[in-house]
Amino acid sequence: MNWLSKQASDTQITHGQRMWLYFLAAVIMFLLVFPTLIVIPMSFSDSQYLEFPPEKWSIRWYEEYWETPRWINATITSLQVAFFTMLLATPIGTMAAYGLFVSGSKLGRYVFFLLMTPMIIPVILIAIGTFYVFGKVGVVNSIPGLVLAHTVLAVPIVMIIMTSALRTYDLNQELVARSLGASRIRAFFSITLPQIKFSIIISALFAFLTSFDEVIISIFLSGGGNSTLTKQMFNALRDYIDPTIAAISTLMIILSTTLMLGAQYLGKQD
Amino acid sequence: MKQNITSLEISIKDLTKRYGKIYALDTVSLDIKAGEFLTLLGPSGSGKTTLLMAIAGFNRPDSGSIKFANQEMILTPPHKREVGMVFQNYALFPHMSVFENIGFPLKLRKAPNDQIKEKVHDALKTVQLSDYANRKIDQLSGGQRQRVALARAFVFGPRILLMDEPLSALDKKLREQMQIELKQLHRKLGVTTVYVTHDQREALTMSDRIAVINEGKIEQLGTPKEIYNSPNSSFVADFIGESSFLQLNRKGDDLYFSSEKIITNKKLNKNKEWAMVIRPERLSIVNKSYRKNSSNIHFSGEISELVFQGETALALVKLMEGNFLSVRLSTKSSDDFNNLKTGNKIQLCMNRKDVIIIPH
Repeated sequence: MNWLSKQASDTQITHGQRMWLYFLAAVIMFLLVFPTLIVIPMSFSDSQYLEFPPEKWSIRWYEEYWETPRWINATITSLQVAFFTMLLATPIGTMAAYGLFVSGSKLGRYVFFLLMTPMIIPVILIAIGTFYVFGKVGVVNSIPGLVLAHTVLAVPIVMIIMTSALRTYDLNQELVARSLGASRIRAFFSITLPQIKFSIIISALFAFLTSFDEVIISIFLSGGGNSTLTKQMFNALRDYIDPTIAAISTLMIILSTTLMLGAQYLGKQD
Repeated sequence: MKQNITSLEISIKDLTKRYGKIYALDTVSLDIKAGEFLTLLGPSGSGKTTLLMAIAGFNRPDSGSIKFANQEMILTPPHKREVGMVFQNYALFPHMSVFENIGFPLKLRKAPNDQIKEKVHDALKTVQLSDYANRKIDQLSGGQRQRVALARAFVFGPRILLMDEPLSALDKKLREQMQIELKQLHRKLGVTTVYVTHDQREALTMSDRIAVINEGKIEQLGTPKEIYNSPNSSFVADFIGESSFLQLNRKGDDLYFSSEKIITNKKLNKNKEWAMVIRPERLSIVNKSYRKNSSNIHFSGEISELVFQGETALALVKLMEGNFLSVRLSTKSSDDFNNLKTGNKIQLCMNRKDVIIIPH
């Protein structure tokens, strides 16, 4: 029996009959991934311009990135902002998800929806609004301002992950712990937290990436010495086209993919 | 090995808890004796779990009082009540081993390690799981999980043990075995136990006393025998055991069913309707040599249904008056059941002492 006529699953459908599905999936994956991956060969080009395929190979654009203080400063800013966003959004989103899960109040649905709005309304609107408010308060072009704005975007993501993690969690465990002598806080930290910790780490990674990859708010709210990497890249694309962008993109893809794979791996443990 | 546990009495007075317009508890008063095994029995939504949670401290009643040995508890948070609790779904901590689960309450009390070890092993021995200390929770069967949950609830020597339908997730055979074990454990520990169930047979099997709860009120409180033999309302009679109801007519101080005088009682409330509760096992089919006599009540009718159930059989009898009675029959080969067919005309009798009268 060859592979084509073997059963593909518990059903009677064979791999041969599923061929079209495999082909479709391959096409979709190619269309999704290829435009992203094309920057990788481009970044190793020796040319002055973005070109594909490169005629000559070199790592000069990686050196360019490493030796330009503008890029390094922006990278440090982005990492700082992403780190603090993660530090703020993870506990806030987790506490919100936990609180709504425990309360069971009818108002909870509306609160959940309210906290989700940053995911639903266009980011450009958030950016414009925040820009004016922060302008009045005087936190435009500052790292704290950027962290706050990014936290608004990251909280809903943390909430979604934590809400689904808690959905399968049996809250009776906390009741038992309390009857056995644990205070409410103790019950949360010794019983609930260890069981949702992988989801918390995953949501922290996502919060980090949300900030690190974010462009629109960064364009409005960061500038001067506190420009993020994404803003600096946007400016560079506008002003002069230069394969350094491709090199930085490649590095960002590597970082994002590593974090995602880490999240996937942890997700399986939970 | 008798554990040194001082049990406490619980005194509940006028406890009321409302959810919106619905009374989950409606001025409930109940005194639970020290060392007693008391069951809160009722249908789902009757308020029995609300009452248990109030004793545990997980819900705050709107009014009323809960005292443990004369000490008001209503404002005491659950973790300071020293109450062991077993939940329906066990609620074991899956990220801990069996040993860590049972050791958890001891660790919270900052017991030294060697003492934790000793107490956990004693508790494991009591629930017959000595070899399971290092198992993970997901490696245990349902019955074993139940025992771990139990050991965790009594290992720290609580003064009161609360159980919320702890056996309902087990299959019938295991459940009946665990009922006996729980009863033995209770005798051994001597701790005041409040047990919630909707299973009347379980309540009859295990309890010192039963509080039958319906719509937020205690309908009847008594020993299993009292509850079964003299229910005081049609709800209790219907909920506990099997029963047939016959509407009675009053003539003066006498109550009649058809032309048969059932009972004479001068204290009957003249403004109420009365009915008779008949337990199926208290009826018997009479044979030809039987003579009617005044210590028995007699019915005649026709068998409309016969159901073989193994250890016993059930006959549904249509009386001449049109009412139906259930009759429990022995299935011994020498007995009635094997000679009976649907449609047979039969005579039934029951002892007057087994008559139960309730307002209807």
